[in-house]
Amino acid sequence: MKKKIILTIFIGTIALIFIMPLLITLFNSFMEPNEVENQYNLIIKGIESDNFGGLKIIPNWISFKQYYQILINKPKYLSLFWNSVFIVCPIIIGQIIVSLFAAYGFSKIKFRYRNKIFYFYIFLMLMPFQVVAVPNYLILKFLGLINKFSSIIFPGIFSVFGVFLLRQFMLKIPDEYVEAAKIDGANHLKILFKVIIPLSKEYIISLCILILIDYWNMVEQPLVFLRDKDKYPLSLFLAQTTSEEMKITFAASIIYLLPVLLIFLYAEKYFVEGIKNTGMKG
Amino acid sequence: MELGVVKMKKKLVRNRNVENLWGILFILPSAVGQLLFFLCPILIIIFYSVVESPINFEFVGFSNYIEIWRNKMFLLAMKNTLIFMGMGISLITICSIGIALLLNKKIFFRNIIRMCFMVPVIIPSVSILMIWNIIFNFNGALNNTIVLLGLNPVDWMNSKYARILIVAFFVWKNIGYNIILILAALQNVPKEQYEAACLDGASKFSIFKNITLINILPTVFFTVILSIINSFKIYREVFLISGNYPYNDIYMIQHYINNLFNVIDFKNLSVAAIYLILIIFIIVFIWTRIEKKLLD
Repeated sequence: MKKKIILTIFIGTIALIFIMPLLITLFNSFMEPNEVENQYNLIIKGIESDNFGGLKIIPNWISFKQYYQILINKPKYLSLFWNSVFIVCPIIIGQIIVSLFAAYGFSKIKFRYRNKIFYFYIFLMLMPFQVVAVPNYLILKFLGLINKFSSIIFPGIFSVFGVFLLRQFMLKIPDEYVEAAKIDGANHLKILFKVIIPLSKEYIISLCILILIDYWNMVEQPLVFLRDKDKYPLSLFLAQTTSEEMKITFAASIIYLLPVLLIFLYAEKYFVEGIKNTGMKG
Repeated sequence: MELGVVKMKKKLVRNRNVENLWGILFILPSAVGQLLFFLCPILIIIFYSVVESPINFEFVGFSNYIEIWRNKMFLLAMKNTLIFMGMGISLITICSIGIALLLNKKIFFRNIIRMCFMVPVIIPSVSILMIWNIIFNFNGALNNTIVLLGLNPVDWMNSKYARILIVAFFVWKNIGYNIILILAALQNVPKEQYEAACLDGASKFSIFKNITLINILPTVFFTVILSIINSFKIYREVFLISGNYPYNDIYMIQHYINNLFNVIDFKNLSVAAIYLILIIFIIVFIWTRIEKKLLD
C-alpha cells in the first residue's frame, strides 16, 4: 500500500510536467489583458534588458476579458478559426473514405502485386513534408490550386497513414468473415459496408482523432501553399501574433486547443483501444 | 472428366482476374492520390537533382550530388539532423519504456495519469508557444530563477543548450503515443511466463530481460519507426520558436531545404531532399534487419 502511494506520487509528478504548460495557459487565460502585458512585458515587446520576468501561474483576479475580446471584439480571430475547421473537416472525411477502400483492398482482396504496392506505400509514409513540399507546390500550381484551401485538403486526403492504420486493424478480422459473406453472394463493396465497417467503428474514430490532431496543428502547409493571410488557419495566427495580440494569446490558445481536447476526452476509450493495435505485427 | 478440370481451372483464372479488378478498383482512389502528391514529386526532384538548373535542363549526372558536400550549410544541417535523431529517438525510446513499466505497476489513477502523457500529443504546438517563450526567453522565467540563485543568465535558444531543449521538447511532445503502445504490449505479456520464472527462482533482472523485454520488443521496434517519422516533424517547433535561421546547433536539413525554396535554388534543394530520403531509407532498412535478427 505504502509502495503504491509512493509510486503514484512519483509518476504523478512526472505526469504533471506533461500537463503543466496546458494548466499555465489555462490559468493565464483568465488574466486581465493589462495584467498579461505588465507581467510579460519583457517577452512581449522583446526589449533588450537586464531584468527578468517571472512566470505567474495564478492571476490576480479572474477575468473573462481575454475571451470577451477574442469572441466579441475580434471577428478576424473567429474567421481564422473557421478556416481551420473548413480545412480539417474535408481532410478527415476524405481520408477516411479513401483509406477505408484502400485498407480493405490491401487486407482482404488478394490481387497481384498487392504486397509490393503496399511496401511502396510504407516508403511514402516515411517521407517528411519538406521533401515533397516544393514539387507539390509545382503540381498544385499546375492544377491551379495554390492559395486555395484545396491545396492543403487534397494532399491531406491522400496521406498514407490512414491506409496503414485501418489495414493493420482489418488484418485482424478473420478472412472467414469475408469468405462466408462471399458464399452468401455478397461482393466486396457489400462486404466492406455490411461487415467490415460496423466492426471497425472504434478504429475509424481513432483515425478521425489522429487526423484531427495532425492537421489542427498544421503550420508548414499553409505557409507554403497559401498566400493570403486571411486564409490562414488559426495555428498560424497564433504563431505570428503582434505584441498587441499577445495580450489575448492565452485565451486564443485555449479556444484553439479546446475542440481537440474535448473530442479526445470524449472518445478517449475508443482512441486508446484503436491505437493500441497499430503496434501489433500484421 | 478432362473437360471438368479445364472448366474449373478456367473458373479459377476468371475468379483471380475478378479479384485483381476489385483490388485495383478499391485502391485506385488512394493510388491516384499517391501518384499525384507523393510519387510525382519524388520524380520531379530526381529530375531537378540531375540537371544544371531549372532554366537550362542540361543533364549533369551526379555532379550536383558531389558538389553539395562542399556546401557548409548542408553539412551543418545534415550533422544536426543526424545528431538530433540519434539523441531524440534513443531518449524517447528509453523514457517511454521506463514510464510504461511504471504505469504497469499497481498505482492509483492509472487512466488519468496515462491521459496526462497524451496531452502534449493532442494539443497543437502553437498553443504552448507563449509558455515556451516566457520560460526560455533571455528575459524569461528560467533566467529569473537562475539569477536569483546567483548564477549567470543564459540565452537558452542561442546556446549549446538549444539542442538539448529541442530534444526534450521532442520527447515531451511525442512520448504519449509510444507509452500507450508499449503499455498495451506490457499488459499482453502472458502471466504464466512470469509465474513459471518465479518458480524457477529467476532474478528480477533476468525476468525483465528474458520475458518482459522479449515480449514488448516488436512494439518497441514499431515505436522507433514512429519516432523516426515524428523526428522530422520537429522542424515545425524549431521554426515556430526560432524562425528560418535558428542557432547553429538546431539548424536542420528541413531548414536548409525550406530556405533554398525561398531563394528558388531547386538544384541543391532536390539533392538535399534525395539525400534525406536515402538516409530515412537506410535507417529503416537497417532497423528492420536488426529487428528480424533479434526476434529470431
